[in-house]
Amino acid sequence: MARMLPEPTPETRHFWEGCRDGELRLQRCTDCKHTYFPPRAFCPKCASREVEVYKASGKAILYSYVINHRPRPDMGTEPYAIAVVQLDEGPRMMTNIVGCPQTPEALVLDMPMQVHFAKQTDEISLPLFEPAKG
Amino acid sequence: MKPKSIAVVGAAETTRLGKIPDVSVIGLHADAALNAMKDAGLKPSDIDGVATAGISPVELAHYLGITPTYADGTSVGGCSFMLHVRHAAAAINEGLCKTVLITHGESGRSRVGAGGFGRAPSSLMGQFEMPYGVTSPPTMFTIPVLRYMKTYGVSEADLANVAVIQREWAAKNPRASFKDPITVDDVLNSPMIAWPFRMLMCCLVTDGGGALILTSAERAKDFPQKPVYILGTGESVETPMVSQMEDFTSSKAFRVSGKKAFDESGITHADVDHLMIYDAFAHLPLYGLEDLGFVKPGEAKDFINERNTAIGGKLPLNTNGGGLSYMHSGMYGMYALQESVRQMRGTAAAQIDGAKISVSHGVGGMFAASGTVIFTNES
Ligand SMILES: [Zn+2]
Repeated sequence: MARMLPEPTPETRHFWEGCRDGELRLQRCTDCKHTYFPPRAFCPKCASREVEVYKASGKAILYSYVINHRPRPDMGTEPYAIAVVQLDEGPRMMTNIVGCPQTPEALVLDMPMQVHFAKQTDEISLPLFEPAKG
Repeated sequence: MKPKSIAVVGAAETTRLGKIPDVSVIGLHADAALNAMKDAGLKPSDIDGVATAGISPVELAHYLGITPTYADGTSVGGCSFMLHVRHAAAAINEGLCKTVLITHGESGRSRVGAGGFGRAPSSLMGQFEMPYGVTSPPTMFTIPVLRYMKTYGVSEADLANVAVIQREWAAKNPRASFKDPITVDDVLNSPMIAWPFRMLMCCLVTDGGGALILTSAERAKDFPQKPVYILGTGESVETPMVSQMEDFTSSKAFRVSGKKAFDESGITHADVDHLMIYDAFAHLPLYGLEDLGFVKPGEAKDFINERNTAIGGKLPLNTNGGGLSYMHSGMYGMYALQESVRQMRGTAAAQIDGAKISVSHGVGGMFAASGTVIFTNES
């Protein structure tokens, strides 16, 4: 069963193109400097339309999660963590954790993470996160 | 709104609750509506305002043969009915209509005539949450909780105890789905759903419905039931994506809605005799007690563990057994309102003697929305 995938819109295309090209792209307001997520064509803090796309560090901490013991059919048969990471740049995003057992013992809140792009199709790679190396 | 200017004059649930495979969603709305009209001594032709969620107010009005001058289709999840009460109060006070019928019906378990659960893959949720394997509320509503637990030192046993104490209330309620006593160990040994959440920390999935009828306090005196007055109301919304809530340890929508209702009513927390907090999952009463201001942040677990919300405690909470033990069709807010009305009428199964003020607080979506209604039985 094919995994449920995002369908980019004009406002979010830069984000998904970035993931495809191996870059985590965020947006920043050029007026008030606020960095935000998910993507939109204006700053949610000051409503300015003067915003820019930039490449984020890909660094984050594990902020919260659950381990789903009743997997969605397109997600396989093993329990998996559905996590939220807090990016070094500020915003939080939902993701999955890879390169690590999906257990409470291995998944410790506030542990450093780094982005890992998981290719799904020619268009879509998902920004997953793995424990930071070094 | 002006406190006590509006009253509930009709209130009822569906004739049956639980498993109702022989009635469709709209049939459940109608059953509850007919019961509430009977309770109020009204016919459909006496109703000039309708409000509902899940189905459209157009479907409701047409099905029941009502020609309204006021229709509210606010649909923000399980607390929609709290918002309907609030909007109806404003509409009646403004003269848009005189008598408003609010209905809920949901075939949560049997899925008769019910729609599916899904999000367009181009929606924000479809792009930024669905790809990561979220399924239904048990894997979404629960996501902020580990952060809350770490921040305030809340244990899995603390979460479990919320379900244990609510089961004690449910044992007093003949209509509750689950009445047998449970222990913290029972909860912690129940099947894992989405760690740290076990089955007994998650709400039931049942069929049922409920309806309310509101009119002006002035007209309410002429109805067969003892009027239940509305003292204050609040509402707010935050985010359609749980991953984007501002603070994982507190709901902004709860705080805004609760404060608005308390400010409007002019009461203090010490005046509250009875409290309902929509409990789709065991963490919601914890967040609710703190965000409504009954206790300070982080204090809710001790407040519950010290049995303040249990039978005989100073703040009886979720006295019908709640979504965890009474029933939960999907949009539970209506049942919280019904229990508040019963407590104010003095007809609840686990009646709180002498209760004069009841607060009913609801959540919609996964901390997406909130609504609060404060009732009193004193005119
Ligand atoms: Zn800005």
